[in-house]
Amino acid sequence: MTQRMLAQGNVAIGWGAVAAGCRHFFGYPITPQNEVTEWFAKELPQREGIFLQGQCETGSINMVMGAAAAGVRVMTSTSSPGWALMQETISHMVNAELPCVIALVQRGGPGQGTTQHAQMDYLSATRGGGNGGYKNIVLAPASVQENHDFIQLAFHLADKYRNPVVMLSDGLLGQLMEPLELRTLDLDPLPPKDWAVIGMGAHGESRRRAVACNTGLIFVERHASYLDFIEALDKKFKEMETEVRYESYRTEDARLVLVAYGYCARVSQEAVDWARDEGLAVGLLRPMTVWPFPYQAVAAAADRGAAFLVVEDSLGQMVDDVRLGAAGKTPVHLLNMLSRHMKSASGMILPDTVFQRIKDTIDQEEKSGTAVG
Amino acid sequence: MERQWVSGTPALWRKGEEAPFCPGCHDGTIGRLMMDAVDELGLRDRTVCISGVTCAGFISIGLELDSVICVAHGRAPDVATGLKRALFYKPVVFTIQGDGDTIAIGAGSLVNAAMRAENITVCMINNTVYGTTGGQMAPTTLTGQVTTTSPGGRERTMGLPAHVPEMLSTLDGVAYAARGAVNTPANYQKTKKFFKQALTRQMEGAGLTFVEFLSACPPNWKLNPLESNKRIEEEMIPNYPLGEFKA
Repeated sequence: MTQRMLAQGNVAIGWGAVAAGCRHFFGYPITPQNEVTEWFAKELPQREGIFLQGQCETGSINMVMGAAAAGVRVMTSTSSPGWALMQETISHMVNAELPCVIALVQRGGPGQGTTQHAQMDYLSATRGGGNGGYKNIVLAPASVQENHDFIQLAFHLADKYRNPVVMLSDGLLGQLMEPLELRTLDLDPLPPKDWAVIGMGAHGESRRRAVACNTGLIFVERHASYLDFIEALDKKFKEMETEVRYESYRTEDARLVLVAYGYCARVSQEAVDWARDEGLAVGLLRPMTVWPFPYQAVAAAADRGAAFLVVEDSLGQMVDDVRLGAAGKTPVHLLNMLSRHMKSASGMILPDTVFQRIKDTIDQEEKSGTAVG
Repeated sequence: MERQWVSGTPALWRKGEEAPFCPGCHDGTIGRLMMDAVDELGLRDRTVCISGVTCAGFISIGLELDSVICVAHGRAPDVATGLKRALFYKPVVFTIQGDGDTIAIGAGSLVNAAMRAENITVCMINNTVYGTTGGQMAPTTLTGQVTTTSPGGRERTMGLPAHVPEMLSTLDGVAYAARGAVNTPANYQKTKKFFKQALTRQMEGAGLTFVEFLSACPPNWKLNPLESNKRIEEEMIPNYPLGEFKA
């Protein structure tokens, strides 16, 4: 029987993780993700799981790495300053090919910034925030239900590619309460973790198992040389690029395509409906993976002659990806955090603002001779 | 006294794996000590080694033990914590870390693991320098000692030598803290007992156990192997006394 409840976005992360079979969580308190850590602290002991509060985010992510090396499904959750602290070990986990899930509930930056929502860690999350130019899949939920479902998908993709997966939420989605249906996603079977470091007696093989971060001085079993290792990673990253997921909303005949993720996608969808009510040919492209980014969907819309309006609660980060996809064929406009309804940390980009910008953009494009609207 | 043989290839050293240590380095000897101790306690099947970023981490290349090798600098106690708990406290877990890894960049991880009474064994190899990077100042560098980053000798303003087992022994979560050396057969045997006791106390669930091993770094000390042994006896042991500080 499917269980339904009214749940907060941060709490939905916990339910989703448990549905994915995750029984191990290591984390450190930071606003606005505290409900995630608190949920695991309360719920995991009741499920014969392990919850441990680390001494800092650096500690937590390294505990995650240890548990991942032991082959269990493990995750942590953090917000932006904590995310910054975790980069070194995420890079090491990519190197060691260890899977884990990190829920990043974004808040405003830079530095301590604010404790409230923002979308200012897009580039850090999608460009391999640590050293070494690695890749990791980044899922971008836009509802409480997706917070729940995407965490399951995140565990699946992490194990499939033996690579950390990030779920890029934000403070607003984290605090939002919506109906949640507890359901277990039906995902493809995965190979056994025959590499897990569990003690030689537990796996029974005559030689040891080693999980290693290649350092350049030490090559352990996996690859003959540093470049063999880099080439293998490159091959894997290219396979990960096939995991593109996005949603197109009323884009078929749209001459202006909004591009937004997370809470801004929810806001933009409402503005699209209002615009359509006024007969404007407007749609929404919502990336559900922001890495890999749906460049092809953007390119296809640009080929049709559609212009773009990127709506994001930062100074403009995803807009770079949209520009890459549009490849200069059509204009790419930006509505950023400077258009929040209040100048404070709790200001939001509201549907009214997006709707007005849609109308202004269409006017502007018509005046400049571009066929839009 | 009967002559004791402490080199050679121990049973647990991986076949075909060379020991990547400089001539006169004690890390290979410490590796043998660890492996013999694990085998003498019959723990080969349930022991996991976590090594840090350090010359001493190279020991883990050769261990025929399930291992996580070269984790982020200083974080071996955190990785050991996650692994031990993920396996519901079943394996015996020890780290191999250098002095910089343990008590400079990794001080926070070590002290917090100690405060949690984490049932792991932390092994710190103290050679008073950063060996891998070419002989820079370490938290254990002796006052007055010349290194490439204390070219005029270490002064008070650069920090005072870290006495880690002494410090850890004041923490409630620490069950065992000792310091040993391997510069003589007698010290080797005594230190092996320390390490076995640390693993035994870990299996009892007593809390964090810690062993510091004094080691030689002839290339960076600019001494030959015999002079290095003499330096351990005459300079290091008076500053870093051997023995159990909490048992």
